[in-house]
Amino acid sequence: METILVSLGGGLLQAFEPLNLFMIFAGCLAGLFVGCMPGLGSVNGVAILLPVTFLVPPTAAIIFLAALYYGAMYGGAISSITLGIPGASTAVATVFDGRPMAQSGKADKALMAAAIASFIGGTVSIVLFTLFAPPLAAFALKFGPQEEFALMLLAFATFIGLGGDDIPKTIFSILLGLVMAAIGFDIISGQPRMIFFDMVEFQRGIGFLVLAIGIYGIGEMLWTLESTKGKVQMHSVNITWARFKENLREIKDYINSTWIGSVLGFFVGTLPAAGATPASLMSYGLSKTFSKDPESFGKGNVAGVAAPEAANNAASTGSMLPMITLGIPGSPTTAILLGGMIIWGLRPGPLLFTESPDFVWGLIGSMYVANVATVLLNLALIPVFIRVLAMPFTLLTPIIFMLCVLGVFATTDRMFDTWIMLILGVGGYLLRKLNYPVAPAVLAIVLGPLAERSLRQSLISSQGDVTTFVTRPISLTCVILAVLLISYPLIQRMMRRRAEAQT
Amino acid sequence: MRFVKTVTVSALALAISAPAAFAEWQPRKPVEFIIMAGTGGGADQIARLLQGLIEKKDLSPRPFIPINKPGGSGAEALRYLQDKAGDDHTVMMTLNSFYTTPIIQEDLGVDVTEFTPIGLMAMDTFLLWVHTDREDITDLDSYVAAVKGAGLDWKVGGTGSGQEDSVLTAMMEAAFDYDVTYIPFPGGGTVAKNLIGNQIDSTVNNPAEQMEFYRAGSSKPLVQFTGERMAAFPDTPTAKELGVDIEYYMQRSVNGPPGMSEEAVVWYTNLFNELFNSQEWQDFCTSDGLTCDNFLNGADLASFHATQVEAHKKLIEQVGAEAITGE
Repeated sequence: METILVSLGGGLLQAFEPLNLFMIFAGCLAGLFVGCMPGLGSVNGVAILLPVTFLVPPTAAIIFLAALYYGAMYGGAISSITLGIPGASTAVATVFDGRPMAQSGKADKALMAAAIASFIGGTVSIVLFTLFAPPLAAFALKFGPQEEFALMLLAFATFIGLGGDDIPKTIFSILLGLVMAAIGFDIISGQPRMIFFDMVEFQRGIGFLVLAIGIYGIGEMLWTLESTKGKVQMHSVNITWARFKENLREIKDYINSTWIGSVLGFFVGTLPAAGATPASLMSYGLSKTFSKDPESFGKGNVAGVAAPEAANNAASTGSMLPMITLGIPGSPTTAILLGGMIIWGLRPGPLLFTESPDFVWGLIGSMYVANVATVLLNLALIPVFIRVLAMPFTLLTPIIFMLCVLGVFATTDRMFDTWIMLILGVGGYLLRKLNYPVAPAVLAIVLGPLAERSLRQSLISSQGDVTTFVTRPISLTCVILAVLLISYPLIQRMMRRRAEAQT
Repeated sequence: MRFVKTVTVSALALAISAPAAFAEWQPRKPVEFIIMAGTGGGADQIARLLQGLIEKKDLSPRPFIPINKPGGSGAEALRYLQDKAGDDHTVMMTLNSFYTTPIIQEDLGVDVTEFTPIGLMAMDTFLLWVHTDREDITDLDSYVAAVKGAGLDWKVGGTGSGQEDSVLTAMMEAAFDYDVTYIPFPGGGTVAKNLIGNQIDSTVNNPAEQMEFYRAGSSKPLVQFTGERMAAFPDTPTAKELGVDIEYYMQRSVNGPPGMSEEAVVWYTNLFNELFNSQEWQDFCTSDGLTCDNFLNGADLASFHATQVEAHKKLIEQVGAEAITGE
């Protein structure tokens, strides 16, 4: 413990060196910008800005990239809330409640909740990282395919409750997502499957962002057009000091969700297979399940913004852990950080902590500072962000449409995906008209491939024996939790009915 | 005054004509650097090292952006590159699945000899690895005995059916007359991690993938599948020394999509040749057991690919495509 504190102290001192402090602020700002542009995720941001880091020493360089990564996590929430288009895959769950809040004139509250939850999530995660990095690395090694699948099962279970009372419709939506996730190459044998109309373009599958931007960007736009007939009431919010203080007091409404998101996000982030996107979706599902007022989720509950935002920041810190201790990046962005480290002559792996302590602790110290820096920058910029909402609807809608098309084309570089996105947008709108929940489909397309791979790996290694999921302790625990979570809403409903019958 | 004027005018003229005189092809937008394997594996580490070196040495006016496309044993990446025919801003870091995957998956519709060869960066090597916890296994004989004792409960991790490690695993199955269960993971790094976590029993990782765990004392190499012992592993015998005729290498070459413009090929070839000759690259080769003696490009690399495709066809015929795909 003492050694940890001494090392951490040294790390913090490093973070406060003028150059490093400057890198933190520069990284956060760049990240905010990159994160809030749809189609320009933290992956591209880190890749494009990698050259900047060769001008400074390695510690300052990784600090810059890590700060950029955080900034992007915050930034993703901004376009999710103000425009209803997820800026990055990690911010999709933020749209669920962030967009309705913005539409009812509470954009500032949503942005503030996102900033504060991100800050708490990031900080909790770094504290856990500081204290438990080596044992957690050992824990991550215990995660074989069986455990991964059990975890995915748990994630799906948290989403059964998401569709409200209509469980069959939720399951339909999950299945639809799973079918879309299965298009493309079989992940084990490599054979192409579900190539509709023999179009080779389907071999590359349907990307997650294509679906998310389609459903939330285009679908939402159509929905707003229909429900308001173009006469949209725009809510411009004036930020005053009084309102800021009032918003600050509302933390108690979402603090529980923030804790759930922080801890869950960190653990999911540390697992090499997962990363921030599943973490944010899972934590949204969980905090809805345990909310006193689950009905209000998806309609503008501030806890629905806080949970995924806390989780994605916590997970981005968490995903540094497998990278530093095992050399396996937990997310595409950390993969680029890993590349940077190799150039600087650092070899991530079990020996990095002992061989390059200055570097590791400098990085950890900078994470604390970067978090404070980003939350301050964010709170200060909220008035700027909500200006977007003061734009007339006739101007905002074409911009949203343009950003959707641009965002998809920029990430995949194919017109085919852009068309698919538009088709899925219309499809999502129709599903919504028929009262089908669309969020579970988005979850399924993210988790589907992960679940499929781990299921098949487990069954290959157990030679087809399904009991392999319940004979391993970690996997068994997850399976039991999943079963409990699936039955929880059912039991709740049965109890409610019984109570109604008695009165 | 007149003199000054003349100088200014000629300087201006020079400034205008200079770019035209040196006009050569250069990337005009970020270059997609496709990796046909998952993160943390050998190909991934190499591509990311090269990307970083390009930035560090300022060799390209536009950044290289590494993108992993590990799906379907590299099929996803191959298809992607095929669809990019004629594109000058996409290059791919390849490995032996460049040869094996199109052979095994005939309906993929990809012929790698149509791709544009750019440069062969290295020949990588394979070793047989087990966890250091397995004290009962000290050499090849005790390994074979352990595998035979376990039968199909023996789990070998690899990067996918049809990948080079599954070919090597099938070669070993044939040589030692045993059967194992082969479990595919998305990348060599994940394979290495699963060995250390005791989720699988053995691997045939490349040196770079196991190096850090080996240095930490978590894994040990039993055999190297090279002609001679590598400098990085002086105490590990080669298969040939032990009387087993398996020698297998992995090519690490950079290739472009079919129909890349000639100017672009020249530019990329010069770029990767410069990287090949850099001190950083040669140091990496030595520390990670790669052979980097000759930089092949153009027609030489094309004929190298053609020979390798034929060799792999024979190899796959010998061990049987079923032995590799496990079907």
